Amino acid sequence: MNAIIFSAIMGVVMMFSGILLQKKSAVTTTAIVSLLLLLSMNLLDSYSVFSINVNTHGLLHFNKFGLFFNSILIAATLIFAVLCGSEIEKTGVNVADYYALIFFVLCGTSILTSFNGLLMLFLGIEIMSIPLYILTGAEKRNLKSNEASLKYFLMGAFSTGLLLMGIALIYGATGSFALKVSTTMAASAGVLSTSFLQIAGLILLFVSMCFKVSAAPFHFWTPDVYDGAPSVFTSFMATVVKAAGFFAFLNLFESNSAILGPSWKILLSFVIVATLLVGNITAVFQQSIKRMLAYSSISQAGFMLFALYSNNDMAKEGILLYAVAYCLATIGFFAILIKVKDYTFDGFNGLAKTQPVMAFTGVVFLMSLAGIPLTAGFFAKYYMLASVVKSGGSLWIVVVAVLFAAVSVYYYFKVIQSMYFKEGTPEVAAISPNFKTGLLLVAAAVILVGVLPSIVLNWFYF
Amino acid sequence: MIALLLILTPLVAGFCSFAMKQGSTAKNFSLLVSIVTLAIALLAIGSPAGGSFDTAWLTDLGSRFTLKMDGMGKMLCLLTAVSYPLIFAAVYKSDYKNPGSFFGLMLLTQAGLMGVFLAADALLFYFFWELALIPVYFLCSLWGGEKRIAVTFKFFVYTFIGSLLMLVGILYVYFHTADHSFAMQSFYKAQLSDHQQSYMFWLFFVAFAIKMPIFPLHTWQPDAYEQAPTATTMVLSGVMVKMGVFAVFRWLLPIFPNAASSNSMIIIILSVTGMLYASLIAIKQDDIKRMIAYSSIAHIGLMCAAMFTNNKAAFDGVMIQMFNHGVNVIGLWIIADLIEKQLGTRKLSDLGGLAQKAPALAILLVIMALANVALPLTNAFIGEFLMFSGLFQYNMFIAAIAGISIILAAVYTLNMVQKVIYGNLNAVTENATDISFNVKLVLVIIALVIIVFGVFPQPMIDLTKTSVEALFVKK
Repeated sequence: MNAIIFSAIMGVVMMFSGILLQKKSAVTTTAIVSLLLLLSMNLLDSYSVFSINVNTHGLLHFNKFGLFFNSILIAATLIFAVLCGSEIEKTGVNVADYYALIFFVLCGTSILTSFNGLLMLFLGIEIMSIPLYILTGAEKRNLKSNEASLKYFLMGAFSTGLLLMGIALIYGATGSFALKVSTTMAASAGVLSTSFLQIAGLILLFVSMCFKVSAAPFHFWTPDVYDGAPSVFTSFMATVVKAAGFFAFLNLFESNSAILGPSWKILLSFVIVATLLVGNITAVFQQSIKRMLAYSSISQAGFMLFALYSNNDMAKEGILLYAVAYCLATIGFFAILIKVKDYTFDGFNGLAKTQPVMAFTGVVFLMSLAGIPLTAGFFAKYYMLASVVKSGGSLWIVVVAVLFAAVSVYYYFKVIQSMYFKEGTPEVAAISPNFKTGLLLVAAAVILVGVLPSIVLNWFYF
Repeated sequence: MIALLLILTPLVAGFCSFAMKQGSTAKNFSLLVSIVTLAIALLAIGSPAGGSFDTAWLTDLGSRFTLKMDGMGKMLCLLTAVSYPLIFAAVYKSDYKNPGSFFGLMLLTQAGLMGVFLAADALLFYFFWELALIPVYFLCSLWGGEKRIAVTFKFFVYTFIGSLLMLVGILYVYFHTADHSFAMQSFYKAQLSDHQQSYMFWLFFVAFAIKMPIFPLHTWQPDAYEQAPTATTMVLSGVMVKMGVFAVFRWLLPIFPNAASSNSMIIIILSVTGMLYASLIAIKQDDIKRMIAYSSIAHIGLMCAAMFTNNKAAFDGVMIQMFNHGVNVIGLWIIADLIEKQLGTRKLSDLGGLAQKAPALAILLVIMALANVALPLTNAFIGEFLMFSGLFQYNMFIAAIAGISIILAAVYTLNMVQKVIYGNLNAVTENATDISFNVKLVLVIIALVIIVFGVFPQPMIDLTKTSVEALFVKK
């Protein structure tokens, strides 16, 4: 419970720091220190050294898996703040507020990694989403940012509506908000009308979660929102928030998918294939790298959905590894993208000549996203595919996924081609040596996890 | 431990080379490293016990960092180790921009290749399989010809799709091993029904067939060979295509024996079709590089056909031909590069009369050409003879059709020789000079290999004897 409490407190602290601290960089430093504190609090909790316990009457349930996942999210936010802190300062005037909102998002993710009831799921999603609507519109004078914010808000409100409706139906069927109880109730009730309500409710939950993790055919908001939002916050949204959404999705359907019976896998495989198809094929045709990354995040979601599909131990390890790999690579690459003035592929031409460190680390991040061996992304995809093979049968969906992974190479490598094989003089913002060191460290982490994934997974096993 | 050194030496040296600013330093350093690697390889072949290494790697996944050096592995490590000093010496006088990176990437490729030939763990094999590919992608895209970016990308996507399909296959077999392990021996003992084998077989075979390449998956190859920088082309055609052939022996045949024999007819027909098709195209080529590329497809096609005959003589033939083709084709590329660098053209129709201006080149080219035709007393003859005899026992009719490719090989190779070195001098060839010392040295070494192993091939056959026998004991 440490993370929930402290992230909320720190959010308030950050709000006041805007009044007390004059320099913007001081606010960033405060935020980084607070994030470190939050991370250590959460780690203390997961090692059961120091944890604040409040009786939630079974609404929240803390286990190592969830706490560790939350640590990954907080650590990703920390890396994000370190790499992109100076860019957040440039986004607008209310720097302290942005950090406050980020802490509130983390409060939401902390709830999402520990919810044990549908009510808490709803609260977590709302606490996470509302600050994001504001962050998306952080560039007040930019029309695209405003449009994105409104679009995100409307779509988010719509999916929340579906979520609430689903919860209501399930509550009507089982008389409980609890995650696991609902299954036993359904088994004992055995009345057709009751289970129909429950199935309808679950499908509504499924749809609304698909909205949140931008799985096709509920992905339409993603490209516009990711493209319109200030790039720094896109980076945050596409990684931390999305990963938290996936954790909730997995947690929600881990036991409940049994209620839907065999049709669950048919439904899910349809969504997976549609997500991979839409994400990959559309990304191929993008001119702007930022928009390409938005579509690529849809296709990555397709891969993460395999965790739900196989729903076994390996899938849990896989989603951990995927979160790590995907957060590191995406945050890293966005940090590079933000520094380049022109977001089109041509804007990256010749980057290797002028900024060798940025280009080289960019290659590492892109290769990780594409899933090339020796990078973290390979093992992330490997675990996902292996978990499906392990769960037995259905090899065709693995082959489909693999073919789409090959398609994804096309658009990721197009960036590499621009950076290394084409001539040009990209306009790049001033780069500090610290930023370069940061990028190199993140790239090193990507490779380290790619060679020894057990570094991440052994933490989970202890 | 020696096996590990074979990978580590080029790997570490490759990274060091990136830091070298001076072109000549990087060049000399890489040449030296490749010679050291050759010395290590020779040591490893000499010592029967030294060729294995084993340490924990991904324990949770059931994968270990296991290297093993059997006869076949020794042969291909030797090929890799021999070809690099030859290549580096042959391009010694060439200038590359960013030489540190160029030679660094070349050495990284070597590390990947060594790993592929040594890995005794399926996941490790997959890692090295990709590791060998990525530096080549950069080498071709950065230092290649005009159309390099598109061509290299096609090559990369082709092979990447293949390896991903293989990964699915590896995963599937892994979950059917008794002890859930990626170790080679566990894979060999995997419990797969005939039905399962028939699916998995193709997932693996497509990956290997793209690499070799086998008709109709060969379309990346002529373009890639033409556009890549010549040093990389030598690696690609001399060593890298052997990855596919090697992998069939190392993984495909032992894991899926039943599927291999039930699908053998299809594959042999594809291979023979590819042989004739590539030979006919080679005859029509006016570009010397493309001609060699198509000729290479024809040769590999024969190896692939022979691998599915399930015949001991044919297997022996493939083994020695892997080495011999590697060395011979490097020789041909060196000559093609030489002609292009010196005369500025690769068109056969523009050339002529080089024998008058460059007698040493003419003699060496004739030796390489004769080896390419597989004339008796050249090293290629032994291999091709054994492979044809195996194919003959498998099916006389197919062997007869495949035999046409020998005649076709003579047509395009001798046509090339005729157009390059005989005839009258013309405006292009008038100012040609004879070859420089470093190239002459390399070509003489290759010529010696051609003749020595052509007359006395027994040591090569002995080296891989155990590997061939192991393939038969299994069944």
